[in-house]
Amino acid sequence: MVESTATFNESDIDISQIDFSDLESQYQINEPELNFDNYVVCDGAPIAPESKAPMLKKVLGKLFNQAGKVIDMYMPIEDGKSKGYLIIEFENPLQANKAVKSLNGKKLDVKHTLLVNKLSDVEKYGFEDNVKDEFEEPHVEDYHSHGYLKSWLLDPSGRDQFMLHYNDTVGVFWNKKDLQPEDAIEPRAHWTSAFMKFSPKGSYLFSLFPHGVQSWGGEKFDRIKRFLHPGVRLIDFSPNENYLVTLSPEPISIPPDNHPARSQCLFSNESEGHKLVIWDLQSGLPVRTFALPPNLEKQTTMPWPLIKWSYDDKYCARMGPDALAIYSTNDEFQLLDKKPIKIEGIQDFEFSPSGVRLSTTRKNDEPEIMLSYWTPESTNQSARVSIMQLPTKQILRTINLFQVSNVKMFWQDEGKYLACKVDRHTKSKKTQFTNLEIIQLNEKDLPVEKLELKEVVNNFQWEPKGYRFVTISHLDIANPNPSAPDSILTFYDIENQKVKQTQSRKVPGGGLISVNATKKWLPFKTIKDKHSNELYFSPRGRFIAIASIKGSANTKIEFYDLDYEGEPDKIEKIDLDNSNKVSSKFKTLNDVEHRGLTNLQWEPSGRFLAGWSSSWKHKIENGYKLYTMVGKMFREELIDGFKEFEWRPRPDSLLSVNDKKKIKKNLKEYAAQFEELDAMEADAELRELILKRKRLLQEWTAWRKETVEHLKELGLINEESHAKEEVIEEIKEVILEETEEVVN
Amino acid sequence: MMRPIMLKGHGRPLTQVKFNREGDILISVAKDSEASVWYSSNGERLGTLNGHSGAIWSLDISPETDLVVTGSADFTARLWKTMTGECIHKWDQDAPVKRVEFSPDGSKILIVTEQAMGQKGKIFVYDIDYTKNEQSTTPILEIVNEDSSAEKFSVAGWSYGGFYIIAGHASGKISKYDAKTGELLNSVQGHEQLITDVQFASDRSYFITSSKDQTANMYSVDTFDQLKHYSADVPLNTACITPVKEFVILGGGQDARNVTTTAASEGKFEARFYHKIFEEEIGRVKGHFGPLNYVAIHPKGLCFASGGEDGFVRLHHFHKSYFDFLYDVEKTALATQHSTIDA
Repeated sequence: MVESTATFNESDIDISQIDFSDLESQYQINEPELNFDNYVVCDGAPIAPESKAPMLKKVLGKLFNQAGKVIDMYMPIEDGKSKGYLIIEFENPLQANKAVKSLNGKKLDVKHTLLVNKLSDVEKYGFEDNVKDEFEEPHVEDYHSHGYLKSWLLDPSGRDQFMLHYNDTVGVFWNKKDLQPEDAIEPRAHWTSAFMKFSPKGSYLFSLFPHGVQSWGGEKFDRIKRFLHPGVRLIDFSPNENYLVTLSPEPISIPPDNHPARSQCLFSNESEGHKLVIWDLQSGLPVRTFALPPNLEKQTTMPWPLIKWSYDDKYCARMGPDALAIYSTNDEFQLLDKKPIKIEGIQDFEFSPSGVRLSTTRKNDEPEIMLSYWTPESTNQSARVSIMQLPTKQILRTINLFQVSNVKMFWQDEGKYLACKVDRHTKSKKTQFTNLEIIQLNEKDLPVEKLELKEVVNNFQWEPKGYRFVTISHLDIANPNPSAPDSILTFYDIENQKVKQTQSRKVPGGGLISVNATKKWLPFKTIKDKHSNELYFSPRGRFIAIASIKGSANTKIEFYDLDYEGEPDKIEKIDLDNSNKVSSKFKTLNDVEHRGLTNLQWEPSGRFLAGWSSSWKHKIENGYKLYTMVGKMFREELIDGFKEFEWRPRPDSLLSVNDKKKIKKNLKEYAAQFEELDAMEADAELRELILKRKRLLQEWTAWRKETVEHLKELGLINEESHAKEEVIEEIKEVILEETEEVVN
Repeated sequence: MMRPIMLKGHGRPLTQVKFNREGDILISVAKDSEASVWYSSNGERLGTLNGHSGAIWSLDISPETDLVVTGSADFTARLWKTMTGECIHKWDQDAPVKRVEFSPDGSKILIVTEQAMGQKGKIFVYDIDYTKNEQSTTPILEIVNEDSSAEKFSVAGWSYGGFYIIAGHASGKISKYDAKTGELLNSVQGHEQLITDVQFASDRSYFITSSKDQTANMYSVDTFDQLKHYSADVPLNTACITPVKEFVILGGGQDARNVTTTAASEGKFEARFYHKIFEEEIGRVKGHFGPLNYVAIHPKGLCFASGGEDGFVRLHHFHKSYFDFLYDVEKTALATQHSTIDA
């Protein structure tokens, strides 16, 4: 051997002189075909007498053949009995892996459960010192505060925030009415790879990136959690912000057990191939994954959300062919009663958006969780809408329907009413019309009010926290001119019981309205020949914006007030013969054209409405406009490449009914305070603007002075050029015509 | 604003319109190979300059209004006698001529040629001899774009004293060349897209550039600093600086291929007035039903002319309110100026 010295030179060594034999013998592989990865060890097999061993071997051999080609099976026999374990050799490690995956934990019968492990794992963990005896505490990441998630609600002037997404930039801003919105945070470039979304109560903001979803929150919108779901396309939330649902067209693939990436992967082996994931928002861990139902697997447009939630996040449900699967979130997302509910032909279902107070619910009881679903006509059954109570799964009410082509269910937001828009066809199936069936859940026996219409209803919306609703419908007749306005707006209110009361006042003792009286809805105002196709009720009710957006050349928004408080003579005449029949006071407030409009959203307080034109849809006048609830535009910003706008949602108010009353009573005082603030703010802004202009003007004048002097030095400006001009006026006389007249 | 005068003399989109130094004559060129000469006061047409066999991209009028130069897609630049409309000289080029301009003293012209058909984009400078018709055909200066065609020259103009040539590139770059040696003195990436126009203030010490990237910028010739920035919501084809009032006028419009919807207002074919110093939009003048390809301002700021893709020239004479318009800050500044003078 050559001693290594400072003048060591590789080329000085003659390799043939070195004896490698010691190394060779140490690393020589005697039997290259012996690969431990091909073997699995199976424990927990029945212990059989020697006579029956071949039989057992045959049975187990069949089982293991499902995973791959079994090359050899070795079942040791001792004292005339098998030992309850055997070693199986497969053709390759892939098959061995598959056997572990599919057969580990396999129940052979009541007493025997197979435990299948890889032989290499037994070696890895089974020998002493390979696994430490002492428990080593896993490293828990230090708690890191993201600030108060509801910090924006602490704004002293109670302003709202909104998110603007333009080109590759997303910013969150404070709404300052007609003034330039103030940055809540510095707008960030490339914040999302697709869209941004606030959670339902506004605590989190979500961004997408190619490998998943990220949540952001707190005053500075720091990153809170990452939810790794490669290729995620759609996201949704449970109503109380406990869970996140993501969907990706790419099936989840779990790295093999021995792969280093396996420890990073949060999904369990059962999630292989799944596309739908429910996450716990706080821990950032997946709580349940699902494969897509086979009927949706090949569909290009996806109904969304695929998972719907009860109002309190206690249950969630998904629909499969002929079944509804309800999961209990408190029970680790296990199926309610361990099995899905069989519902033949189920088409759609909806949870009540709030707890329902039935007539039997006592005052201090928790409200009920309800869901409704519908099934179409089958050979021996009519079409049905059913209301189910959870967790009892008791059906409280069904409505039977005939000649149904489609049903859509609309819950009033407080869970007081359920409206079913039943699209029906005539016997010939040539024309369609709609019935509205409204179930009153607060009343005894859940009475149903039925409204039979001649038209097809396209849009339906309940007044939030109210009982009125508005529809857009059209007559189903083949219209030769598709661009002709054929939309009909109809406003419904409940019939005033007071009318009855005055009539019945003569009857002694019968003065008061009976509490249980079923409500009757009346269409009190109808407006025909419209292009409108979208309804946007203010989140506080009373005001509604009705827009024509889709496929309309003249996109516009109309604003209506249903409780007009101004002079009585300005209230519009309603369609009913007696205007006292309903309590609504109808007034058309405004009608604005908004070129390029693609989306509308009310601010959570119902004071403002944002309309925007998104470059995702087209390139016409991209940007956003803000309107007051009466339809006055107060801010307009055209931004090239504008994509989306979203008001930050607010959680429910914590004020009690009494607090609210107090505020309403002293509204003028509060208003005065806020107006003063606004005026001051506007003044400050104006002052700043004036100062800026002053500065610009001064800078400019100084620069000009300098330049003029410089030009003068060069002799390029001579005073003579300002000398008076000489105006030469030329008068031309043109003889147009000459006539000669002979005068006698 | 008074009722505009519509100058209907071209059958194809306008490419450039220009006033002479006194402002009494207006000349327009268009894609129909004919230049029209108009009285600016009433819009009466004096005559036409006939001879080109292709679209005319550019024109300029000599300081004394005796000569007119035009550049055309027919690979020639031509010199005309304004009085007679006679073509007195023709410079043959190897590529379409995109831009022509007299130097401030009228002693030279510059010609910008297109980078196309294997030819490099070039700027030529020729001497003009007013004493005879025949002109020298050897350029006294030749600036060649050695870079890719993305960097080719789109427009060019003379600075004060004819000392520098300012050129705009298709890439959005703006360059300053020494007008004697052709040496590149300075260049900035002022825009993100093609520079469509460069026009100078009346003393030629600063200029405005317009670009397809929907913005216009103003630069100082000496320092090449960006003085101002104006942003619009449509691609801009042209921009000019008004004398008398501190305004700039920008013109442009949605490209024809993007205008699919009905109303003319969709394409935003308006001349937009911005305050030159405060960079704020103060007004728009509607009327064209195609993009504005060029706006020119009367040398004394009395009226402006716009040439549109729609084939019309609209000549607007300003009303008194235009001259009276001042921001409050400007009024105060004027008042203090007067009071110091009075004192």
